[in-house]
Amino acid sequence: MTTHGVEAKPSTAAEVRIASRAELRSLRVPIAILIVVCLVAPFLVYPVFLMKMLCFALFACAFNLLIGYVGLLSFGHALFLGGAGYLAAHAARVWGLPFELAVLTGTATATVLGLVVGWVAIRRQGIYFAMITLALAQMFYFFCLRAPFTGGEDGIQGVPRGKLLGLLSLDNNLTMYFVVLAIFLLGFFFVFRVIHSPFGQVLKAVRENEPRAVSLGYKSDHYKLIAFVLSAAVSGLAGATKAIVFQLASLTDVYWSTSGEVILMVLLGGLGTIFGPVVGAVVIVCVESFLAQIGGWVTVVQGGLFIVCVLAFRRGIIGELARVLHRPL
Amino acid sequence: MTTVFGIPIQALFSQLLVGLINGSFYALLSLGLAIIFGLLNVINFCHGALYMLGALLAWLMLEHAGIGYWPALILSPLAVGLFGALIERTMLKRLRGLDPLYGLLLTFGLALVIQGVARNYFGVSGEPYDIPPQLTGGKNLGFMYLPNYRGWVILVSVLLCTLTWFVTERTRLGSYLRAATENPLLVQAFGINVPRLITITYGLGVALAAFAGVMAAPIYRVSPLMGADLIIVVFAVVVIGGMGSIFGSIVTGFALGVIEGLTKVFYPEASSTVVFVIMAIVLLVKPAGLFGRTT
Repeated sequence: MTTHGVEAKPSTAAEVRIASRAELRSLRVPIAILIVVCLVAPFLVYPVFLMKMLCFALFACAFNLLIGYVGLLSFGHALFLGGAGYLAAHAARVWGLPFELAVLTGTATATVLGLVVGWVAIRRQGIYFAMITLALAQMFYFFCLRAPFTGGEDGIQGVPRGKLLGLLSLDNNLTMYFVVLAIFLLGFFFVFRVIHSPFGQVLKAVRENEPRAVSLGYKSDHYKLIAFVLSAAVSGLAGATKAIVFQLASLTDVYWSTSGEVILMVLLGGLGTIFGPVVGAVVIVCVESFLAQIGGWVTVVQGGLFIVCVLAFRRGIIGELARVLHRPL
Repeated sequence: MTTVFGIPIQALFSQLLVGLINGSFYALLSLGLAIIFGLLNVINFCHGALYMLGALLAWLMLEHAGIGYWPALILSPLAVGLFGALIERTMLKRLRGLDPLYGLLLTFGLALVIQGVARNYFGVSGEPYDIPPQLTGGKNLGFMYLPNYRGWVILVSVLLCTLTWFVTERTRLGSYLRAATENPLLVQAFGINVPRLITITYGLGVALAAFAGVMAAPIYRVSPLMGADLIIVVFAVVVIGGMGSIFGSIVTGFALGVIEGLTKVFYPEASSTVVFVIMAIVLLVKPAGLFGRTT
């Protein structure tokens, strides 16, 4: 997809570097605001609710790496969120691994799954890519429904949070929050770094004009696959953390509705913007928890938001803001 | 009792029949998807929801107005087709010229809305819909028992698929349609109202889905989510067959239904995933799909 914020079109490598630095500089203030808000928030809002936002925000950032910067719409990202969640929960509960190793196990699982799914799916582009990832994720859903270790409809419940590095008990929500915040910031800056690296520039080139990138000697399939795996890995990090925080890994996280949810978050926040996924995730999590109190209209509202975003609001919240402020966000 | 590979032949044929029935629906739905994609360049994600809507309308008509199966078979697709035309005119039309992924997202949103509203009013458990009296009972074919209604579904699906193929390949409307798929601008220059053609095509495509829904109503329960998982399997079918040919969609639909049915006999654990596995294998061997053109 080619909707993105206001971007200058630098031509030479040096100009790219300068433009990139200028963009980084201009992002200092918003990043500082983000960090301050995250540090203050747990003293004002229930930390568990915030942790849900952070996990989904990280998931959305990972997803945005793919759709916003490579132009690949994956309709099966729940596979990585949920798959990592299952493995992390299993590692923590059955194998008794400590928090860090459980999260790493989940992330590693998602990375491997990303490699396999990406390897199959990048053979087709555009609309087919979306359908293929959706189908593969559905296959994984049926696998999870039947596999003995996932607990079927019940999921894996009562996952212990454990201790951080064997020292700090994570049963306290506030402690857990700051650990999750650290993980979120780590993932956020990782995605940020990837986008602003030379590798990220090639990804954008592939998005804008794939035949041209190929003719310049870039193996676009390799770049797409690497981006896909990175996105899967960060999604897995989010999923593994989420499973440990909520002490639960369930089928919901691998179902197609979750894949749809993350698309909506990124679309609403702004495709191909740095902060869009975070804002989108916060808004959607709030909307869902608000609507959960008034009955089963969540999917209707989600669908309505999709329609409105696609028809009239394709830049998303942050994309529109960036346009008004004349700066990338 | 006769057995094949240690499986009673009765069980084999009955699963084969179930496979053919599922295949009928795969074929009808992927056919509609392929026609719509050809002209609009949009993958119609709400195809499953409109299939469900077809079934639901039939049930509503029976429950509240006493309108039976036969009129519903006409009225329900007609209503859904008009609804589809409305969707195309008011929403999809605005997305022309944009990345086709936006069409996918829009129709996904529509599917969520349609399914969500249906679920709020009807719950998730679903309602049974009786087989029309003319088609109850069945025939003993010697090697298996064929319920009349199931035979009817397969027969009508094959006829409808053939009819669709005939219309697109052998009639004037079909030639306009194929021409507009290739080059809409040029076709418009020849004085053919392409926007209207697009609306009609979308309406017919979703009417086909609703027709499948009405036929499915007596076989599966009428439930708000009956189309949600089905559409994902149909997507896999479409990827396997490739959307280049009408004939390809039909053959792939029926074939995958049968393969799925046979898997249920020989290795039931894999029956819900076999279509996806086949999709992965086809992608590795022939990325454009079995009948697809490389794009």
